[in-house]
Amino acid sequence: MSEVMSLHDAIAATVHDGDTVAIEGFTHLIPHAAAHEVIRQRRRDLALVRMTPDIVYDQMIGMGCARKLVFSWGGNPGVGSLHRFRDAVERGWPHPIALEEHAHAAMANAYAAGAANLPFAVFRGYLGVDLPKVNPNIRHVTCPFTGEELAAVPALRPDVAIVHALKADRDGNVLIEGILGVQKEAVLAAKRAVVTVEEIVDDLGPRSPNAVILPGWTIGAVVAVPGGAYPSYAQGYYDRDNAFYLGWDRIARDRDAFMAWMKANVLEQGPEVFARHRRRAAA
Amino acid sequence: MTLAWTATEMMTVVSARALSSSDVCFVGIGLPSAACNLARLTHAPGITLIYESGTIATKPRVLPLSIGDGELCDTALTTVSVPEMFRYWLQGGRITVGFLPGAQIDRFANLNTTVIGPYDRPTTRLPGSGGAPEIMTHCGEIFVTMKQGRRSFVDRLDFVTTFGHGEGGDHRARLGIRTKGPTRLITDLCVFEPDPETREMIVTAIHPGATRDEIRDATGWPVRFAASVAETAIPTETELETLRDLHARTRRAHGGGV
Repeated sequence: MSEVMSLHDAIAATVHDGDTVAIEGFTHLIPHAAAHEVIRQRRRDLALVRMTPDIVYDQMIGMGCARKLVFSWGGNPGVGSLHRFRDAVERGWPHPIALEEHAHAAMANAYAAGAANLPFAVFRGYLGVDLPKVNPNIRHVTCPFTGEELAAVPALRPDVAIVHALKADRDGNVLIEGILGVQKEAVLAAKRAVVTVEEIVDDLGPRSPNAVILPGWTIGAVVAVPGGAYPSYAQGYYDRDNAFYLGWDRIARDRDAFMAWMKANVLEQGPEVFARHRRRAAA
Repeated sequence: MTLAWTATEMMTVVSARALSSSDVCFVGIGLPSAACNLARLTHAPGITLIYESGTIATKPRVLPLSIGDGELCDTALTTVSVPEMFRYWLQGGRITVGFLPGAQIDRFANLNTTVIGPYDRPTTRLPGSGGAPEIMTHCGEIFVTMKQGRRSFVDRLDFVTTFGHGEGGDHRARLGIRTKGPTRLITDLCVFEPDPETREMIVTAIHPGATRDEIRDATGWPVRFAASVAETAIPTETELETLRDLHARTRRAHGGGV
């Protein structure tokens, strides 16, 4: 059964230095508040996993949390580069970072393989491209039935998955709606999981019998963090703040501007600041 | 009466015309998204648009800034998970055409979105593969649209992120790829299509006002022209007005901000 606790306690109990951590979200439901808590608790040497590292991984890399990044597309969606990510890769600031780079199809299949308790994922991909030359984890297997050569990558089995969802009930059962990304697979592939939600309710309410639900017993900790996905969005609660993504480009370009922003908005704040974003959307 | 148009509008209109109502289209963000929705709002109302965030048969009222905007989900027939999108729908062979945005490109329409310079010590780190490598091999055919220039149209890629026609000829077939690959490359100056034998992308149509010299100057390899080169038809008033309305709605929706 999942435990409803504070974000501070959930991260302190779940995320340790050196862990492999998947903080997932595909544009929708990106757990910014939880990632900020990881930064505030000064976790180090993390292997960060995500299909689409964006602003929140830019912040974690810039704050020195990551020794490694496993990813398939790293950018500020619709805007351009991740400047802290580029600074780490191109100039080793604040320290060098190892890359394990894939394509989306490989990452999506690798999460599904992890959730299915398989050692590797098999798919038709990586044909003719250069990534297998620089990533030794991209290999091939021969189909025992047809002889076709197929791509294989190790299953993703993170120590910790952190995702954001719309709501949970008091037993910690979590409902995910809208763009689903790989959140269900990431949670089921991970050893431990933290889920932040917009609200905790008595009953999850009317829904399709096929609604995407993570039962409470698959999750370690559930935390109510209203607005916790801001500046990404939570379907039906608040919209994506596209202006923030545009504005981040200017903040992240400069090391000093970045550090000042992180100090004022992350290090000296708590998860409760996210609630104002939901109030603004509701107004 | 005709309206004046910009080079980007021309490129978007020509891209839209390449699509039909019977297409099931995997849509890249940016210019492809504008072109695909312009097609849907003009001559191809039946087109099925799919974005890699899992939204199937989506009909966004405004253009998304990202691949996973809520608008795509709100207006979709259904939304599936990302693993399902890549496994059942893309690898499953359900997509007739993939529409990819700009990158570094070579004469065989291979794409680089990974690094400029050596992989281990890049001068510029780009976003990486995303869905493109498997979109390029699993969709029935591929259209690419991007502005033309020597920095992006290069003789040799620093990194092959996405395999187009490889070294040309039957390279795709030799790798066991059965789809057509890049069949159209639409720029702000012209349209390229693959030579039937060599698969090198050659110019088959030139937009009104553009010249062969301009195209040569903007291409980092010795560009070839088809034996018969057409002139692109000018944008119609309907095309331009529909596109401008779409962009105006999009600006109003995204401009709110904080």
